[in-house]
Amino acid sequence: MDKQSTYSHWIGLFFSLALIIGAYIVVIRQWLSGYILIAAIIALALGQALVQLFCFMHLHQEHKPRWNLMTFLFMGLVLLMIVIGSLWIMENINYHMSPS
Amino acid sequence: MTTDTHSKTIFGFWVFLMSDCLLFASFFATYFVLHQGTVTLFSLPFAFTQSVVFLISSFAAGFFGDKHKTLALLGFMFVLGALFLSMMGYEFAQLVQAGTSWQTSGAWSAFFTLLSMVGLHAAVGLLWIVVLMLQICFRGITPSTSRRLACLKLFWQFLNIVWVFIFSFVYLLGAQYG
Repeated sequence: MDKQSTYSHWIGLFFSLALIIGAYIVVIRQWLSGYILIAAIIALALGQALVQLFCFMHLHQEHKPRWNLMTFLFMGLVLLMIVIGSLWIMENINYHMSPS
Repeated sequence: MTTDTHSKTIFGFWVFLMSDCLLFASFFATYFVLHQGTVTLFSLPFAFTQSVVFLISSFAAGFFGDKHKTLALLGFMFVLGALFLSMMGYEFAQLVQAGTSWQTSGAWSAFFTLLSMVGLHAAVGLLWIVVLMLQICFRGITPSTSRRLACLKLFWQFLNIVWVFIFSFVYLLGAQYG
């Protein structure tokens, strides 16, 4: 365990805690509402995922040809297709089906 | 040769984690398609505590070193992981008492499936920690145990990232909107 890696772990813990407490407080205190709240929660969750990927899992320390990063990015693409695609299509079907 | 095996195993495990993430994404999408309205049954402070417990457990996975330090850290991770899992079980019991169950509706069915998939991963992770502790106890830190430690670290930290998304979207936004 080298010193720099230990240091980045502590940085990661600090930012993860800050982001998760931030998201919690924003919701509990009802500082934001509507789409702004949703956008804020998405941003905080993505921020925390990135902090953990870099500070805990050291995704950036890989040497070329960076296969881990490539598979990660491909997974991200498929993930977005599954989640956004499902929501979009089902929302659309719901819109066409509902009598109101 | 051993470093080659090491990096190949880690990469293979990473690819498994990526496909596992797509499994979670499918359950996630199912839940968000099916649920509607605000869920008032969630206790946000409880879920928040659960998240912090798991975050600290996965943070501990980054400090594996010599034999005794690694054993102590694995024990620490196990205790916090078991706490996380039993908090999830407690929450399930509370929800069932409040009148929801797997059969209540499509949304609750998707919710319980998503959450128990995380619980299943956490339970497998706990079993893995115990087995690895026994191996390290008897064999010490060898190339094969250190490879397994590296995979366990990735698994545990990956599961924490999945949990962050569940906490943010299912709990925080679900309690707020729907």
